[in-house]
Amino acid sequence: MRIDWNHYDPGSHFDELLAAAGQPRAAARGLAQYLRSLSDADLAARKAAAELAIVEMGITFTVYSEGQNIDRAWPFDIIPRVIPAREWTQVERGLRQRLTALNHFIDDIYGDQKIIRDKVFPADVLAQSKNFRPQCVGVRPAYGVWAHICGSDLVRDSDGTVYVLEDNLRVPSGVSYMLENRVVMKRVFPELFETQAILPVDAYPTQLFDTLAAISPRPLDYPQVAVLTPGIYNSAYFEHAFLAQRMGAELVEGGDLTVGDDDCVYMHTIRGLQRVDVIYRRVDDLFLDPEVFNPDSQLGVPGLMRAWHKGTVALANAPGAGVADDKVVYAYVPDMIRYYLGEDAIIPNVPTFLCHEPKSLDHVLANLDKLVVKPANESGGYGLLIGPHASRKERAEFATRLKADPRNYIAQPTLDLSTVPTLCDGRLEPRHVDLRPFVLQADKTHVTAGGLTRVALRKGSLVVNSSQGGGSKDTWIVAEADT
Amino acid sequence: MLSRVAERVYWMARYLERAENTARLVSVYANLLLDLPKGYTVGWHTLITITGIEEPFRKHYEQADERSVVRFLLTDAHNTSSVLSALAGARENVRTTRDLFPAEAWEAVNELHLFAREHALGGVNRSQRHDYLAQIVHGCQQLAGLLAGTLSHDAAYDFVRLGRNLERADMTTRILDVGVTTLQEQDDGAAALLSTLWINVLRSLSAYQMYRRHVRASVNGRDVSAFLLGDAQFPRSVRYCVDELDAALRRLPRSEAPLHRIAHISRLLTETDPRAIDREALHGFIDDLQLELGQVHDAIAGTWFPAPPG
Repeated sequence: MRIDWNHYDPGSHFDELLAAAGQPRAAARGLAQYLRSLSDADLAARKAAAELAIVEMGITFTVYSEGQNIDRAWPFDIIPRVIPAREWTQVERGLRQRLTALNHFIDDIYGDQKIIRDKVFPADVLAQSKNFRPQCVGVRPAYGVWAHICGSDLVRDSDGTVYVLEDNLRVPSGVSYMLENRVVMKRVFPELFETQAILPVDAYPTQLFDTLAAISPRPLDYPQVAVLTPGIYNSAYFEHAFLAQRMGAELVEGGDLTVGDDDCVYMHTIRGLQRVDVIYRRVDDLFLDPEVFNPDSQLGVPGLMRAWHKGTVALANAPGAGVADDKVVYAYVPDMIRYYLGEDAIIPNVPTFLCHEPKSLDHVLANLDKLVVKPANESGGYGLLIGPHASRKERAEFATRLKADPRNYIAQPTLDLSTVPTLCDGRLEPRHVDLRPFVLQADKTHVTAGGLTRVALRKGSLVVNSSQGGGSKDTWIVAEADT
Repeated sequence: MLSRVAERVYWMARYLERAENTARLVSVYANLLLDLPKGYTVGWHTLITITGIEEPFRKHYEQADERSVVRFLLTDAHNTSSVLSALAGARENVRTTRDLFPAEAWEAVNELHLFAREHALGGVNRSQRHDYLAQIVHGCQQLAGLLAGTLSHDAAYDFVRLGRNLERADMTTRILDVGVTTLQEQDDGAAALLSTLWINVLRSLSAYQMYRRHVRASVNGRDVSAFLLGDAQFPRSVRYCVDELDAALRRLPRSEAPLHRIAHISRLLTETDPRAIDREALHGFIDDLQLELGQVHDAIAGTWFPAPPG
């Protein structure tokens, strides 16, 4: 038996590959045709080959709760998601615009705070921000850029509109999986890459290195770049090691670094102390420097903030960049774009209710069964309420929490995420996806060609986090053939 | 190379060598007991003395009988030098430096540790002990070979050599010391028996065949001591290990302090002829060597490893 696209029913969702049953979208036509030519046994063999490659390449992610066996094979679906190049150009422009505005905002917030004086952004939202770091006021990072590496989550609703769901400006993860997914796909479907015009993604480590080198305080040909990891128990340790290796940077832990009397940062090597110019830190702000933040932290480096203030070392992302990562601040991004750039946002925000506004709070409380309510500063899908899927009791409990701390919550309508055909028990079935492109910014801006597509592997589920049973797919930006 | 990484690589090699040596030791000792005629008992407790774990052993066991000694040496988590503990240590050190080691090394150490854990009971039971220990030795050798063949022979490999040879030299002196002190206290009349004991000393270091090929003398205490201390070609002799340490140190930066210590040991080995001194003096000499090896470790740690916190 072969794949019969006439039997694939995306229902009322927007499907990324098919306009309707039996009708592949233009950019996906080559792929759909090719998949149809495979027998069931072929398809199963390719799936097995992909799984084997993942084990052999040691692509893993870490789960906290599993005792000793904390490394699990990366869950991957072999059917790629396809985005037409023409559409991607627009998204890419939108991301550049958004990140430029966000960096203006962060720079302004730690500088003159014009946006507050001009009453575009409310002072009390900032006053209650958990990720605003007073220790960063007055610092001027190179090019005015604070969020050098950003992973923004994009979703597509049933009418086909692409929205920004959130911006991850602290230590966004996933780019290593984007790169590894492509390597696996090339192994499993080499023939597809010959016939399709798929944009490559493998420039990322080079671009990341160039971005980091560009902010080096010392103008050197070979600045010393280090990736600072909290260590092997961190859920993203695979990625930290991967990126360090690909960039030829040193993978360091807090204990490997020391700040000298000259306020420069050094690492302990077998040759003695060696100066570090740029640190791509994958440690949260509050654990970066026990002298300034959490005094009990073993993860950070005493004196690191002092060195950063003096400008002897560059930190990416800059401490405090998370102030714009707040889901309440998110609601103001379209205003920021208008305020700093004089443009309208190219990619819209998901409509957002700010619970600290009394009217909105009333609306949210009255419609908890229809909305998704999210804490402003959590990441990874923790602590949120998906109204339509929650029990009456859960909603009542959540309402109490909401009323106690409305500033900490936003609410959004439940989106009907788009789907992509996904191999489930030997058949292709629609499964919901999102997309995390990565944006690099310093002297130049780079946007990945596509990004990490995460897929909810359970039928009907909207949860795409790998720690909660989600998987991923390769993402293709494909130039459409003229028709 | 980061100091922390150098330290982990060094300990990986030490733990691996320790696991292998301990497995060899138990294996040979079990055989030795089978060789001894009735009435001549060499207590299992000797193994505890050799490996220098008297204190933790006494804390957890009342009697030094076969079962408790073997269990303590092979699988007991209270003994940080037990085969299982050492393999866990090696595994942990590879795991935390995975970006440095070849991927096969991680898989191999993982498998070895898993095997040691799952079949631990087999090592304690007499009937399966031989197979179990042979597997452990085989796994350690496989890993050592894998590193020699697939890890770049750069600074990381030099730290592997340092860890391995220091641990190895230490074990050789310990085993030799058993021959010198305990075994010679047996009835002097039993010359044949003494020969059996020395043969087993050689066997526990896989040195019997090479001894026969290169020394061409009967197996006696003096010649065995001279061979295990001073032979320049046998990979488990103290002289060979010291030369290896010297070579690895010369390739590393800032190695003056540990090189200085190595030069001292080297001089001691050259100046002392084990055949020319009595048993008492030989025992003292071996004691000195052990202290010197400890100081080499301290010099290595002081030169390259991160300072302990606090």
